[in-house]
Amino acid sequence: MLSNYIKIAWKVLLRHPFYTFITLFGISLTLTVLMVLTSFLDHLFGSHYPETKRDRSLYIMQMRTQDSTRTGSSSGPMSFKFLTEYAKSLKTAERVTICTFVNSSNAYVGSQKIKLNTKYTDADFWEVTEFDFLEGKPYNEQNIANSDLVVVITDDFKKQYFGNVAESVIGKDVEIESIHYRVIGVVKGSPVTRPFTYADVYYPYTTPKSNYQRTGMRGGYVAILLAKKTSDLKTVRDEFQSHIARIPLPGVEDGYKYAYVEVKSEPYVENFVGTLNGNKGLKTVFFGIIAFIMLMLIGLPAINLVNVNVSRIMERASEIGIRKAFGAPVRTLMWQFIIENLFITLIGGGIALVLTLIVIQLINSSGIIAYADLTINLNVFLVSLLVCLVFGLLSGVLPALRMSKLKIAEALKA
Amino acid sequence: MINLTNIEKVYRTSSIETLALNNINLNIRKGEFVSIMGPSGCGKSTLLNIMGLLDEPSKGTVELDGQRVSTYRDRELARLRNEKIGFIFQSFHLINDLSVVDNVEIPLLYRSTNGKPRQTYAKEALEKVGLSNRIKHFPKQLSGGQKQRVAIARAIVGKPEIILADEPTGNLDSAMGNEIMNILQGLNDEGATIIMVTHDENMAKRTHRLIRLFDGTQVQ
Repeated sequence: MLSNYIKIAWKVLLRHPFYTFITLFGISLTLTVLMVLTSFLDHLFGSHYPETKRDRSLYIMQMRTQDSTRTGSSSGPMSFKFLTEYAKSLKTAERVTICTFVNSSNAYVGSQKIKLNTKYTDADFWEVTEFDFLEGKPYNEQNIANSDLVVVITDDFKKQYFGNVAESVIGKDVEIESIHYRVIGVVKGSPVTRPFTYADVYYPYTTPKSNYQRTGMRGGYVAILLAKKTSDLKTVRDEFQSHIARIPLPGVEDGYKYAYVEVKSEPYVENFVGTLNGNKGLKTVFFGIIAFIMLMLIGLPAINLVNVNVSRIMERASEIGIRKAFGAPVRTLMWQFIIENLFITLIGGGIALVLTLIVIQLINSSGIIAYADLTINLNVFLVSLLVCLVFGLLSGVLPALRMSKLKIAEALKA
Repeated sequence: MINLTNIEKVYRTSSIETLALNNINLNIRKGEFVSIMGPSGCGKSTLLNIMGLLDEPSKGTVELDGQRVSTYRDRELARLRNEKIGFIFQSFHLINDLSVVDNVEIPLLYRSTNGKPRQTYAKEALEKVGLSNRIKHFPKQLSGGQKQRVAIARAIVGKPEIILADEPTGNLDSAMGNEIMNILQGLNDEGATIIMVTHDENMAKRTHRLIRLFDGTQVQ
């Protein structure tokens, strides 16, 4: 029966090439936008280089303090000391890294200024993440303990600073903000969309200007907690919260009297959403907006396709009459038209997949997003397939209902 | 086999009410070959549609094998049409996008008949109407007579007890019409109950019984 439906769907497609072109163009364009969007969301939130362990990582990005009336609040990153005391000491985590977010800096090649993004990290940073070392190696605890002036740089910065040289730059000198550092490793850069790992230059936190010795709770550091396995995330989170509960309250930080302290360790997506605004329920709003945008992107073209499909009903009326006369129940006919629509949508999905590959290739090579690595992986493919099915169902059900309810005798007269 | 009692059919639009059938009482026995005649617009096709469960009467009862079908739902009516009735239409009503064999298979699609036996039955039906050499053709590649023979093959492929033919020779020349009539007579000889709407007296004379309609009323 399925082959019969597909044969018909194929013939219907061939019957009016112009209509088919318009239909497939609409479906493909819609699905391409959705697939690129899905790929981008996957790029933002998925486990990708160098944060390939995101599925078992918790991110600590900011602390929030509130006064006793909860009317005023202050939030921001934490001090190295605070994270060492409350996060680094976790027993249930496999490893904990403390690093800064992205800082700005400058380097000069002759008179040419190179704008830099820099990051201070501990040695565990290189264990929690999985950077590809193209040259050399990461700094270790010894380098940190010795306050060695060493740096790990990205291949892109190497090219900018040393020129397009093929030979290794390990051991060479880099001058940044009038301080000379020795290059200890060269890594393939992390995309700018991954702020916990993105930088051009990575310093050990004991190098100058890192402010790691700052006392108090607030500072410029964040942390990533790596659990042994995904199922341990809750345990790690609970232990961290138990540490946070030990913070003496009330307290004073830079003259601000606080009575409540909130520090969350969250999976990347939740953490990302939490940074948009500290309000509760924002996650729902964020995903609601994403779902709404997706629905609009699917829904509007689907409504359009419904109109096209419905307007072509009469063309199929005789066939509907014949099938009903020979015993097709309404439900079976509905399925026929839904399957036909899904078939057409999947063809559109196939075209969209090719278009998406082209678009993401263009995005990756354009340099709009540094080190962008948008891909169509299994997750993106499955979501795209689901989107195709939803689109096919949305645009197929109403015409199918209209078609299947035609009176047989009237349909046969058409 | 088919029993119609006090059948009335009214077509209503917002301003006009048309009585298509009025007080029709009819009993078709198993194995009969019945023809229905009458001028255009007298309600012949409407009567055939009601007998074939393609349309509902406005009043009266339809019984098939002693069972009232007025309370049946879509799925039960569809099953009855599929198992008990085969249709032959004046304008053939083949699906142009499907090959001859695919067209003939249609009634079997709505039964639990698998692909291979389905094709075998379809080929047997086509052989019966002398079209086994045209199975991969498409309707547009066939003559009128050939199309009607495909339609007959489709009507008989599910081995229904009743065949309803609405002017099956209406679009054919007399030689081809005779050929179609011979096939129908052959099917009747094998036990099928056939009810045929026709304008052709000669064709009607070849059936067991003639029913005449005039303005929606049975006159003979």
